[in-house]
Order: sequence, then structure tokens, then C-alpha cells
Amino acid sequence: MTASLLETRGLCRNFGALAAARGIDFRLEAGARHALIGPNGAGKTTFVNLITGVIPPTSGAILMKGHDITRVDQAQRVKLGIARTFQINRLFRRLSVLENVYMAVAERVGAAPSMVRPAGLRRDVVEEAMQLLATLKLAADAGRPISELPYGRQRLVELAIALGLKPAVLLLDEPAAGVPSAESHIILDAIDGLPRDIGVLIIDHDMDLVFRFAERITVMVSGAVFATGTPREIGADASVRAVYLGQAARG
Amino acid sequence: MTPPVVGWTDHPAAVALAARHRLRAWEPIPWVLALAFYFAFPKYLGFGTELLITILFALSLDLVLGYAGIVTLGQAAFFGAGAYTVGILAKRGIWNEPITGLILAAAVAAAVGLGSGLVLLRTGGLTLLMLTLCTMALLEEAANLAHDYTGGFDGLDSLAIAPVFGVFEFNPLYPKTQYLYVLAVLLVCFAFVRTLVYSPFGQSLRGIRENTLRMHAVGAPVRRRLVLSYTLSAAIAGVAGGIWAQANAYVNLGTLGLDRAATVLIILVLGGHGRLYGAFVGAIAYMVLSHFLSKIYPTAWQLGLGLLLVVIALFASNGILGIAEAAARRLRPPRAAS
Amino acid sequence: MIFGVDVASMVLGGVAAGMVLFIVSVGLSVTMGLMGFVNLAHGGFAMLGGYAIALAMKQWGLGFGPALLFGFVVTAAGSAVLERLLYSRLYRAPELDQVLFTIGLVFMMIASVTVLVGPENQPLMLPPFLRGQINLGITQYRTYSVALIAVGILIVSGLWLVFERTRTGAQIRAAVDNRRMAESLGINIGRLFTLTFAFGSGMAALGGGLGAEFLGLDPQYALKYLVYFLIVVAVGGLGRVTGVFYAALLIGVLDFALKKYVPQGGTAFIYALTILLLLWRPQGLFGTKTT
Repeated sequence: MTASLLETRGLCRNFGALAAARGIDFRLEAGARHALIGPNGAGKTTFVNLITGVIPPTSGAILMKGHDITRVDQAQRVKLGIARTFQINRLFRRLSVLENVYMAVAERVGAAPSMVRPAGLRRDVVEEAMQLLATLKLAADAGRPISELPYGRQRLVELAIALGLKPAVLLLDEPAAGVPSAESHIILDAIDGLPRDIGVLIIDHDMDLVFRFAERITVMVSGAVFATGTPREIGADASVRAVYLGQAARG
Repeated sequence: MTPPVVGWTDHPAAVALAARHRLRAWEPIPWVLALAFYFAFPKYLGFGTELLITILFALSLDLVLGYAGIVTLGQAAFFGAGAYTVGILAKRGIWNEPITGLILAAAVAAAVGLGSGLVLLRTGGLTLLMLTLCTMALLEEAANLAHDYTGGFDGLDSLAIAPVFGVFEFNPLYPKTQYLYVLAVLLVCFAFVRTLVYSPFGQSLRGIRENTLRMHAVGAPVRRRLVLSYTLSAAIAGVAGGIWAQANAYVNLGTLGLDRAATVLIILVLGGHGRLYGAFVGAIAYMVLSHFLSKIYPTAWQLGLGLLLVVIALFASNGILGIAEAAARRLRPPRAAS
Repeated sequence: MIFGVDVASMVLGGVAAGMVLFIVSVGLSVTMGLMGFVNLAHGGFAMLGGYAIALAMKQWGLGFGPALLFGFVVTAAGSAVLERLLYSRLYRAPELDQVLFTIGLVFMMIASVTVLVGPENQPLMLPPFLRGQINLGITQYRTYSVALIAVGILIVSGLWLVFERTRTGAQIRAAVDNRRMAESLGINIGRLFTLTFAFGSGMAALGGGLGAEFLGLDPQYALKYLVYFLIVVAVGGLGRVTGVFYAALLIGVLDFALKKYVPQGGTAFIYALTILLLLWRPQGLFGTKTT
């Protein structure tokens, strides 16, 4: 059996007495469109932090294409092809949109350590960054500092940075959160337009987005996997509805 | 048939980024002024030399503090390392050629920077600040203990430095050679720092300072970059120290002291950190003020300096250049939406 | 037998010095742990308080005890005003700004004292019953050192009681561990900061006065011993009263021992030791690792 693109085995993470992740077994294949849903505090972001290496697991293993990456540090995992967006924007606020994406592309192509030639003269990096901005309809704002942009557009830049890393695995933590509904179609289109060969995991609460995008859904509750299946299976599952969808309908 | 897509490098944002490193029209002015100073004020060349060395030292701090964002109170450790390298080699008659002496000073200071950076930069915040203080204090104590080599509290004086290129002698009474020599070295070092700041490496340092967590998340080897910039900054500080020893023909424990480290921090912040020319502005402002005030009214000087720092910290943390930038932004007509 | 007495007297001296270090540094540790604020002016409060105590005794003829109380209260009140007016503006500021502010503040403190009192060492006359020697059975020892040790133990016990047994103490401990969570629990962080800051500065004043016999009292005091206070705080762990206590004793005894047996390299050794220790445990001997 060929190894999955990304796999976790028995992944556990404790914060003192709190078990934020309990024995999570998870698989993400190349080309997957996978959604992770669950009530607040279910441990979804913790899970992403574990995969990306922001926090180490208490026990369990993380594998990428069959290789154990549990001990690999965050920056190295990015080089191996794992990229993520943050739930709350983490951008270089005083730099321009172009410079933000430039940072990611420069790291990926290995231009960043160069100390001599001016950054702006690396045409290849600039071209690629601008191209990326264009696909996300951000080209007009390329020269403006992040702090001047409305939050929704900043969210797009967050996505652009992750895409600039040309990942094999893309983890999106509530990508449309905070984006006004008038603009959210840009993000949705961008997600639709993601390369088919990368594996995408989206965390979100917006059920429309989830059911439109996902080919597989995993439900997490209290740090453990509650259910996994196709959108139809999950939608039809009464226990899932009770634990999560029911709450959303009422609340 | 669709028209050919305009290359993205023509987009105004890309053009702006590509043009960022270009020499502005006013940039040669400080150097022209420095050269004019040489001819206009021959009696003040000693002061001028000290000023240029201070600018160089502040420049080294700007690289590590203004661009890499590492708050350190121990930059004098590298200044002193460079100074003592030159001093000990000259005093013992081992080596006194000035230019290669500077290279040696830079190398020794860089070694100290690399060694301490590799261990210290595993920490951050208060712990890092403390450790930079401790490292510098440790070096100062070590220099004091090794008084057979370093002259201890009295230091090493009457250093015999060979003439530059074998021709231009260092004359302690008429520091004409010193001034031009330091100016040339400053120019070279400044060109180096300027290139570095506008390179992709310098760009990544900005990123680390702006949002370190994000830099980790784009795959940047953050600690490696910080150690590298720490080491480079140490090398330049070492050059400043070495040239100080050469110009003054003297080295003592003060080169390693908290006083020197705190002063250069004040100078850089006063001028404006993270802006290449902050070192220039700050050094000139501080040294001119200090020259006139600190000897006449030392206590009032300390009080005024303290007050200045409090005001800067509360209201003007970007220094003189920061204030100038804010004023310029207000005076400039609002930019049309692009 | 003689060697044992020698060692004992050296340890006693070191412990006494450590007590002074503790009393001055405990305030710094708690405010740094609580507010995450780098207060390099803390030594200045110790100096100002010491001067207040010495001058109260000299000019007004106050007794030692009342003078100590006076110094504590005056410094605590003054620092509370400073905290409300100035310090609080910088709690969210970058570390550099905090460093600059407190350096500027300490410069102003030193200059003011130099102008108002003078640059020389300010002598502090101990009351007669604290001077001289006391008989401890095996040996004679300096009365004042013994008194200092007693006072230090009293203070650390008192502080421990406050921290472990009172609600304010619990609030402080909670806020040190996790400020945001403490805020969400309804703890008034602003008021807690002011209280802690005032108390910490008052303690520093106390330490300045009590330690004047050993450390002297001149305007440069504020900066001369700053590194030592910072070392004690960093080694002890931010916000840990017991941690600061043990670290202060350790540094005090080490310093005394080194001065006696290795007079040349003592300070260098302490710096080197601090570096190694903080590299091994950046959170200090007793601190907790921050995520």
C-alpha cells in the first residue's frame, strides 16, 4: 500500500491535565479535499499546530509520504511541502502586499540567503509573487502596506503567502473567517482553483463552504476524531448533527 | 487574439521594489560634507575622527538591533575585542599594519560574535538582554584579569601603528591621516551594510523583526539568520574598535564597558534605528551636544540625557529620522489611490 | 576546627549579603514576572529609598526602624505615581522602548541625587545595638549580619504567606502564570500591577537602606549593582519569590567565597556561571518554561 501524503498515528498532545489531542489517526492523500469540523475547543487548531510543528506531540507520529517527520522542526516541514494559513492573520503589517508574498517565494526558491543582489532585482521572485497576487485579484493592492488593507483582503494575502510556498499539503485554518460576504467568493474561487495534486485540509465553521468544497469530512470532538466520511454520510449522521450541526442550527 | 500580457515587472509595485536600493540624490551629501570638513576644520579633525568611528559603531548596532531586531546591551564586547586585537598585536610588536590589522580585528570580533550568538540566540527577551550584558561584563573581567596582555586597568598606550600603505603616518597631534583613513573605512563598511540591507537576506531580517512566527511558517531558518547577522554586526563593531585603537594609539577597559554599550544604543535610538542613516544623525546630534554640555555641566547633561530618553521612549521611539519621516508624510499631498 | 569556623563565618557573611540582594531583587522579579516589563530603573528605587532612609535618620533624627518604614512608604508611593503616569503606557511597547525608558529614568534619578545631595558616599549610622559583634557560641560574628539574616528570613516567610495564603497573592501568582486567563477571570490587572510595583519598589528601598552598610550608598549605586540584581532575578526565575531567595543566597555566598579564595577572578566566574545556567535553563532555576 502506497504511503499517504500526510498521516498521523495515535497523535496525542496534553497541556497539563488537558488532553487537546487524543490518539488522532488521520490520513490525507494527494489531491484530497478534506474538511475538519467540530465544536469550539475540539482541538482543530491544535491538530494543525501539531502537523506543522508549532508544538511537539506528547506521543504519536506524523508521517509525510511514509517518512517520519515527528522530530522535524517547523521551518523544515515547510521545506518538505507543508504550508498553512493562520486563523488570525500573521502578516508583515508594515510591509507591502508584494513584499509579504515575496518573503515566502524567496524562501522557497532559495533566494533569501543571498546578501548581494538587491531584493527587488530578483525578477524571478517578483514575477512569481505578482502572478500569485493576480490570481487572487490582489495585483492592484500590491504596493500598499498590509495595515492599509481591509481585513478581508488581508486574509487573501494570508492565503497568497501559503500558496507562494507551493506546498504539497495545504492547511487552511478558517480561511474565510472575517471576510465580508461580498468578497468571500474570491477566497472560495481561489480554493476551488487550487492545484489538483495538492492535498488540502480546511478547518471551518461555515457549513456551506465545507459541504461545497469537501470530498471527505472529519468531525473532531474534545480532541478526538468523532466521525469521518463523505459529506453525505456526515450530513446524514444523526450523532454528528446532535453534537455539532444541531448546535449550529439552534445557535 | 489576446494582447500579450504585460510583464509583471512593469507593475508599479514591482518597479518600486526594484528601485528601492537605488542611490537617492542626497545620499552622496554626507560623504561630501565629511570630506569638506577635512578641509574646513583642520583643528577639529580629532573630534571628527571620533565622530566617524562612533558612526561606524552605531551602524554595526543598527544591523543587529534596527534590522534583525535583537535588543542587546553588550555590543561593546565586539568593539573591545577588535580594539584589543589591534592593541595587543601592536604592543607586542607582532603586527602593526593598519589595514590588515582591521581585518584581524574584524575576524576576532566575528569569532566572539559567532560563539556568543550561537549560544545566546537560543533565548530571547529579558534572558537574551541579560546574557548580552553578562557576556560583555565577562569579557571586561577577563581583560582585567589578563593584565599581562591587556595592560589591565591602565590599558595599552603608545601603540605604534605602521603608516597606511607605508606612506601616510598616524600623527597623534595632527590626525589628518586618521580622519581620511577612518572615512574611507566607514565608506567601505557602509557600502557593505547598505548592500546587505537591500538584499533578500536583509529583507528576511525585516520579516523576522516584523513577525518572527510568520517567518518560521514560511520556512525561514530564523535562528541561522539571526546568528549570521549577529556575527556580521560583531565584525563591523570589531572594525570600529580596531580603528579606534589605531586612531588613538591606545586601548583600555572602557572599550568593553557598559558605558560605551549604553551610549551607542542611545545614539542609534536618538538618530532612528532600522534606518541606515540613523547612525549618522544620532552620532552627530549626540556628540555635538555632548561635546558642549557634558564636560561643562556633567550632572545636568546626565539629567537632560535621561529626560531625552524618557521622552523618546514614550513619544518618539523612532528617533529624529522617525520624526522627520512623520513630518514629511504629513506635508506630502495625499497619494492618489493606485 | 578553625577551618570549619572560617567557612561558617564566610557562609554567614555570604548569606547576609544574599539577604540584601534578595530584599532588593524580589520586587524586580515579581514585577518582571507579572508585567513582563524590563525595569532597569529598579536599582534607582533602591538607591532613592536608601537615601531617604539615611537622610531621615541624619536630618530628622529618626530611629533606624522608623526610618526604614519611612523609606518604604515614600518609595512605594512615589513609584506608584510613576507607574500610573508613565510605566503603564509602555506595557505593550516593544522591549527596546522599555529599556530606553528605564535607562533614562535611572539617569534622571542619579543626576537628581547628585545635584540635591552630592556625589559622595552617603553614610548610614546604624543604631548602637546593631553595631559590633554578637556571640554565637562557636564564634563571634558581626551583629548586623546576623540581624540581616533574621530580617531576611522574616521577610521571605511573610512574603511566602502573602503569596500562598492571601487572595491578592493568589491573584498575583495566577497573573504571573497566565495574564490573559487571569484577566478573563475578572482579576483587575491594572490595580494588581500598581500594587505589586509599589510594593516591589518599597522593598527595594528597604534593601537599599538595609544594605547600605555592605554595598555603600552613592548615586552610582543604581547602576553599579544592576547586573547583580538582574542576575539574581534571571537565575531565580521571574515571579518566583522562593526562587529569588535561593538565587540571592547562592550568589551572595558564591561572591563572598570567591572574594576570599579567588580574589581575582570572582566576578568573572559569576558571570560565566550565569551564562551557563541560563543557557541550560533559560527560565531560571525555579521558573516555569513559557510556551
